[in-house]
Amino acid sequence: MSEINSFISKPWSKPSFIKRPWLRWTLIIFFLTYLLAAYATIDVNWSRVYEGLERGKKFVLAFTNPDFTTRSSDIYEGMFESIIMTITSSVVGIAISIPIALGAARNIAPLPVYLICRSIIAISRALQEIIVAILLVAIFGFGPLAGFLTLSFATIGFLSKLLAEDIESMDKVQAEAIEASGAKWMQWINYGVQPQVMPRLIGLSIYRLDINFRESAILGLVGAGGIGATLNTAFDRYEYDTAAAILLIIIMIVMALEYMSGVIRARVQ
Amino acid sequence: MPVKDLQGKQIWQRNTGRESISHWIIWLIGVAIFAYCWQKISNSTTWFFVWDAPRIADDIWTRATPPRWEYITQLGEPIWDTLNIATLGTIFSLILAVPIAFLAAHNTTPSRFFIRPIALLIIVSSRSINSLIWALLLIAIIGPGVFAGVIAIAIRSIGFCAKLLYEAIEEIDQTQVEAITATGASRWQVMAYGIVPQILPAFAGIAVFRWDINIRESTVLGLVGAGGIGLQLSSSLNVLAWPQVSLILLVILVAVIISEWVSAKVRGAII
Repeated sequence: MSEINSFISKPWSKPSFIKRPWLRWTLIIFFLTYLLAAYATIDVNWSRVYEGLERGKKFVLAFTNPDFTTRSSDIYEGMFESIIMTITSSVVGIAISIPIALGAARNIAPLPVYLICRSIIAISRALQEIIVAILLVAIFGFGPLAGFLTLSFATIGFLSKLLAEDIESMDKVQAEAIEASGAKWMQWINYGVQPQVMPRLIGLSIYRLDINFRESAILGLVGAGGIGATLNTAFDRYEYDTAAAILLIIIMIVMALEYMSGVIRARVQ
Repeated sequence: MPVKDLQGKQIWQRNTGRESISHWIIWLIGVAIFAYCWQKISNSTTWFFVWDAPRIADDIWTRATPPRWEYITQLGEPIWDTLNIATLGTIFSLILAVPIAFLAAHNTTPSRFFIRPIALLIIVSSRSINSLIWALLLIAIIGPGVFAGVIAIAIRSIGFCAKLLYEAIEEIDQTQVEAITATGASRWQVMAYGIVPQILPAFAGIAVFRWDINIRESTVLGLVGAGGIGLQLSSSLNVLAWPQVSLILLVILVAVIISEWVSAKVRGAII
């Protein structure tokens, strides 16, 4: 009651997002000092930026008039290679990540297997695609094989982790019913576990296909095949109209994939 | 239930005959596509290098270990730059993403047929192009350096933040908005007191989540000249200084793990 009285006849003020005042003020002060320090160390060459605006305008204008024809064979080859890398790496990555996901689910795998599979996932997630690509290009030479291996490796970390989480949260009752019928381990996985996680697996696979395509566009920068090399050359030669054409194609394919994944996910769920 | 009659015995099957045929055809097409793609990759690969790969890998490993620990004194500034690129980039992107998210959410957009598609188009284009490509482009426009990296990260993050944020806006509890409207609040007041408090936790979560991703991305932006520790990485790679490369990779790994830990802690505290 006294609590209510203390509020009466006082103007209301909005409650803060962080309730403890000392924490709020330390965070704010810390943040402001950081911003000042960060701003002080970035030296922006404003005259260079101002000069660049002219080129920036040219680039934006290039989007209204993209040049698909001059370098059409390079664009076609690069795009084709990107798509090939995307498909193969998604297939191989998904095929490898399913057993790893089974191993990384604590309700299925024994502890040693669980720890091994979780560490594979952790390594794959911690290393970025582009860094893996650099190392693999150094080892396997230039070309789409390095890109394919990179994307497969990255797919494992992403898909196994999310699939393992889904397996861990599955409905135990169905799996037990299959087990009670005397099923072998393979049959148990096939009839007790797989039908429960299949919609999620399909959704994640299509999502990963989408990500792999986007990533394949940059692997060319380090020589791992795909459209990236063509794009890099276009920027180096200041051929903004060709670059704009490539970017537009990438955006279009990503939009198409996103639409497709929406349709398929709506169907399986 | 599909049941097959085999010499008077009833055997349960998972699919009907037609279903299993269509599954089989889909698998056949899939395998054919894969085989074709693999053929293409195989044709553009020099297999001699691949068979030689274990020896090369071993060679690189012996060159790269042990890392050149004393080089770490030169990595302090690049790491600070990397942190700045990620943090300032995230802040800029959030400033731009908030209005776009409000324009894109179908319960707050001023015009569903005209402005909303434009906002969605901005989101898709920013999401579909990698930050490295944005960095390449910005370097060609405003010159190499940390600033290009900040802008590249900002542009790339707009789509991600705006998408998650507009989904959060669409999921708000409409009754609270109605309650505020019933007090006679203006449009902006409804936004500030009815919508913003509901999406603030989601907003903070998205900000920290994206910051974590941006730390990862900004470590490699230097490869194309946009500042940060990637610059050191690419110059070490160019002179084949493998002991330095391995040290830089270790530093990047530690930075990524720390940022993931921080973001997990902060999100745990918010939610």
